[in-house]
Parts: sequence; C-alpha cells; structure tokens
Amino acid sequence: MKPFEYERAADTGGAVAALAGRRGAAYLAGGTNLVDHMKLGIASPELLVDVSRALDARIEELPGGGLRIGAGVRNADLAADMRVRKRYPALARALLSGASGQLRNLATTGGNLLQRTRCPYFQDPTTPCNKREPGSGCSALDGHTRQHAILGASQHCVATHPSDMAVAMLAFDAVVRVRGAGGLREIAIADLHRLPGDVPQRDTTLEHGELITDVDLPSLEIAARSTYRKVRDRASYAFALVSVAAAVELASDDTFADVRIAFGGLAHKPWRATLAEDELRGRPATEAAFRAAAHAELAAAQPLRDNAFKIAMASNALVATLRELTMPRAAR
Amino acid sequence: MDIDITLHVDGEPRSLSVDTRTTVLDALREQLGVTAPKKGCDHGQCGSCTCLVDGRRVTTCLSLAVAHDGAQITTAAGLGSERDLHAVQQAFVDHDGFQCGYCTPGQICSAVGMLDEARSGFASYVTADLTAGVVLDADEIRERMSGNLCRCGAYVNIVAAIGELAP
Ligand SMILES: Cc1cc2nc3c(=O)[nH]c(=O)nc-3n(C[C@H](O)[C@H](O)[C@H](O)COP(=O)(O)OP(=O)(O)OC[C@H]3O[C@@H](n4cnc5c(N)ncnc54)[C@H](O)[C@@H]3O)c2cc1C
Ligand code: SF4
Ligand code: FES
Ligand code: FES
Repeated sequence: MKPFEYERAADTGGAVAALAGRRGAAYLAGGTNLVDHMKLGIASPELLVDVSRALDARIEELPGGGLRIGAGVRNADLAADMRVRKRYPALARALLSGASGQLRNLATTGGNLLQRTRCPYFQDPTTPCNKREPGSGCSALDGHTRQHAILGASQHCVATHPSDMAVAMLAFDAVVRVRGAGGLREIAIADLHRLPGDVPQRDTTLEHGELITDVDLPSLEIAARSTYRKVRDRASYAFALVSVAAAVELASDDTFADVRIAFGGLAHKPWRATLAEDELRGRPATEAAFRAAAHAELAAAQPLRDNAFKIAMASNALVATLRELTMPRAAR
Repeated sequence: MDIDITLHVDGEPRSLSVDTRTTVLDALREQLGVTAPKKGCDHGQCGSCTCLVDGRRVTTCLSLAVAHDGAQITTAAGLGSERDLHAVQQAFVDHDGFQCGYCTPGQICSAVGMLDEARSGFASYVTADLTAGVVLDADEIRERMSGNLCRCGAYVNIVAAIGELAP
C-alpha cells in the first residue's frame, strides 16, 4: 500500500473543502471497499478524508411519508430499521443479502452506492483494464465473462455493478442528495450510475469531491409489497450473478395496477426494467404475463462467451419473484 | 505518516503510534501483541479477524487503525478467561466446534455479536417474515454466520454450539 495522509472531517462542509482541488484525495467511510482496493494496489489516494463520523447516521421521516437515510447509516442498521422492513421490504432484504454480518456493520449507505465492480481483471493490477487504466484494453473481452454484463455494455467495458442495495433503491426511485464545492444537488438514483460507453473509468455521474449526504426514499405504497431475490454461486456471502427487486400492486380483478422491477448483475449499473413494467401494467397476473415481461426486457440482451445463462436465470428469477408477490396470501 | 491513537483492548487502554496504513488487525497483532484475532485472507472474505468493536462484530482487516482512535475492542481472548469461559466459548468446547482452531476466535466473536443482533431483533436474508420476531434455527444460524469460513469444515458442530445459546 502506498503511504497516505489521514484527516478526520468534523462535518460535511469540512470534508468537501478538504477534497476540493485535491485530485489525489478520497473520502473514507466504512473502508470495506476502498481499503481493499488500496491493499490490492488499484487505488492509491495521497489523502484520506474520513467522513465516517461526519456523515449523518440517522434515518428520519420525510414530511410526505418517505424516509431520509443519512449516508453514514450502516447497512446493518438500515436493514434493521422497522420502517424499512415494513414499508420497503425489498430494500431490507437486498441489504441482508449483501456481504456478511461483520461487513454490514461497517459498510455505509454512501459507500455501498459507490462500491466498484468485482470484475476480476479490474481487481488485478497486472492485467489491462479500461476502467482502471483508461486505454489499456479490456481483459474480459476475450477472458472469463461469467459474471459480466448482458445489457448496456460497450466494447470498452463489460463489467457489472455489484451493489444489492442500489437495485432495491432504484426500484423505489430513491433520490441521492449530494454536497459539492458548489452547494447541494439531488440526483435521481437512475441517473447516478452510468453505462460504460467510451468512458468506462467513470462509474457514476458524481464529480470529484462530491459527497453523498443522504438518500431519500419517496413515500411509495407499492413498496410495502416488495421483495428481493438474489441468485449466486453459493447460498450466502457471495455477489449476485443475477438479482431482482420487485414491487407489485394488484387491482381487485388481479391485474397489475402498478409494478416496479429492477435487476442487479446484468449491467454496468442497476437496471430498471421499464420494458417489463410496461408489459405488465393492466395485464392479469399470470405465469404467461410474467414470462412475456421478462422477454420484453431481455430481448436486447447481448451475452458474452460465458454468460448466456444469465438470460434464462434473469427471466426465471423475475418470474419466481412475481409469482411470490402475486400469489394470494393463503397459498404462499 | 504516523499518528498517535488509543485503542481500548479487552478493557485496557493501549496507546500507540501507527502508520496510517495499519489496519486494526495489524495494530493488534503486530504492535500490541494481541494475537487472538487471526489473519486469514486480509480482504474481508473469511471472518477470522472478527472482533467486537464498540460492541459490534466487524472484520478488523478492512478497518484502518487511525479511523478507530478511541474504540473499545473485544477480542476472543477478552471475552472470558481459561477458568471462566464465556458461554459461547464453553459451547464451542462442549460441541467440538473446531478442529485446527484457526478460525475459532473469529467464529466466537462473530457468534457473540450475532446473538446480540438476534436479541435486538435483526432479521436475516432467510427470515420469511421480516417484521416477525427472531427464531434462530439452524438455517438462520448458518446464514448469520456465513461471514466466517472454516477450512476444517467444523460447521456442523459450530452450528450446534451456537444453537444451544440461541434465543
Ligand atoms: C468480502 C466482501 C463481500 C461483499 N459482498 C457484497 C454483496 O454481496 N453485495 C453488495 O452489495 N456488496 C458486497 N460487498 C461490498 C460492500 O457492500 C461495500 O464494500 C460497502 O457497501 C462499501 O461501503 P463503505 O462504507 O465501506 O465504503 P468505503 O470503502 O469507505 O468507500 C467506497 C467508495 O465510496 C466513496 N465514498 C464513501 N462514502 C462516500 C460518500 N458519502 N460520498 C462520496 N463518496 C463516498 C469512497 O471514497 C470510496 O471510493 C462485499 C464486500 C466484501 C469485502
Ligand atoms: S470489463 Fe471493465 S472492469 Fe473488467 S477488465 Fe474490462 S474494462 Fe476492466
Ligand atoms: S482476515 Fe479479515 S476477513 Fe479474512
Ligand atoms: S477449525 Fe480449522 S479453520 Fe475452522
């Protein structure tokens, strides 16, 4: 690990000021991703500004019925919050599916959103990688691509976004609040993470030095009937190959009054399945409709050498999730 | 860059000067001679470095010591003494919850933290109803302890040991 200076920020204003104009400086929150990267030699900040004690660690009611989650709230505490469990169960379950109990006690809401891809080539400084070293090439293109993207990739990068939490937040249209040198701004979570295009080194639309201060969950009745399903190589403590966050609202005739769907593991960002949602609205909640919705979303999939299985896996995961959410309570 | 910090380790305040790159795990093992927490992977992937920090179980290999100035750290050695074992330690002995013992200090700290989490009502990914109370059956214990790997595969006995103390 390269030597670095360390500073503890007293408040968010001080943190933003400390990073302004210092390209080589980075925020440290739980450290579970950044410290790992520093050990791997793929991140070498010259200054760490510790925001773990400066960020808000509270979860508060918003006037219209939503929740404001401080960026310093630990993943374990967010998953344990009874309001989250009751009103946004897919978010609680997504958090609980991630990492381990020990890591969830460290990981923060802000850090989780900004964790970087688990592409093995990205994590290995001896191999070319456009995300780590722009212009060096993408080792995955003719390498192992089992965990890589089937939607929205480019010839420059085929990595996937690893966060579970962000997938559920996307299904609920969360809003990310950010503080920069120029003041505060709000970003719809759908606009936070980006597709790789020809700038794969940029995971998000944040500028250097911008600090996530909170995430707002809007008041959303449909979210109370939601869940998160994660498919992976082992039953626990593994990243998703494919995951689905879904919320449903059925009309009295068992047609979809509304539905929210987001996928993880398929793209460079959490993937909102708007085509599948459009396919379902107004339709009866049948197996055939679920399949048609999966097909509508995944028709554009472009599998790589090793990951064509993700199409069937994503489709089956969506069907199973919708079945679970729409089955009459008694039959569940 | 070196920084002076104090860590409260198993009840004793310990002042030391650390390079900013030092993890809590390395500060404990290399600088303070506290070798109960073990280094397995050094990347958050195995759980052998688990300690209770400010009362919660965490992987100490991904925590920087400078960021934990003032923290209360309990290692497996501080949970009980040879004559007066902690209930979780005793249960591991009673059930043969180990073979080589390398993962054991991490397993024990993790189990203590996990049982506290369960007592305060934490759900897990395998909890069917996220809003209901906690019943720690074997599936729940396995899921909640999945952050601790055991290369000897003593899992069956580890689950049995923890099951004895489950609320
Ligand atoms: C073994 C292992 C298994 C894991 N499994 C999973 C899994 O299954 N699912 C999953 O979703 N995740 C998983 N994770 C990843 C884990 O969720 C992330 O490491 C964690 O959420 C990052 O949060 P942190 O607070 O520790 O971030 P840090 O490591 O402190 O920071 C991460 C990045 O975000 C920046 N940053 C942090 N906070 C802010 C802020 N408020 N504003 C702006 N920038 C900020 C930092 O500068 C850094 O670039 C796993 C991690 C490990 C080590
Ligand atoms: S897929 Fe992206 S992150 Fe992985 S090697 Fe290619 S450029 Fe790097
Ligand atoms: S040594 Fe810390 S998790 Fe493996
Ligand atoms: S007892 Fe040997 S690694 Fe667990």
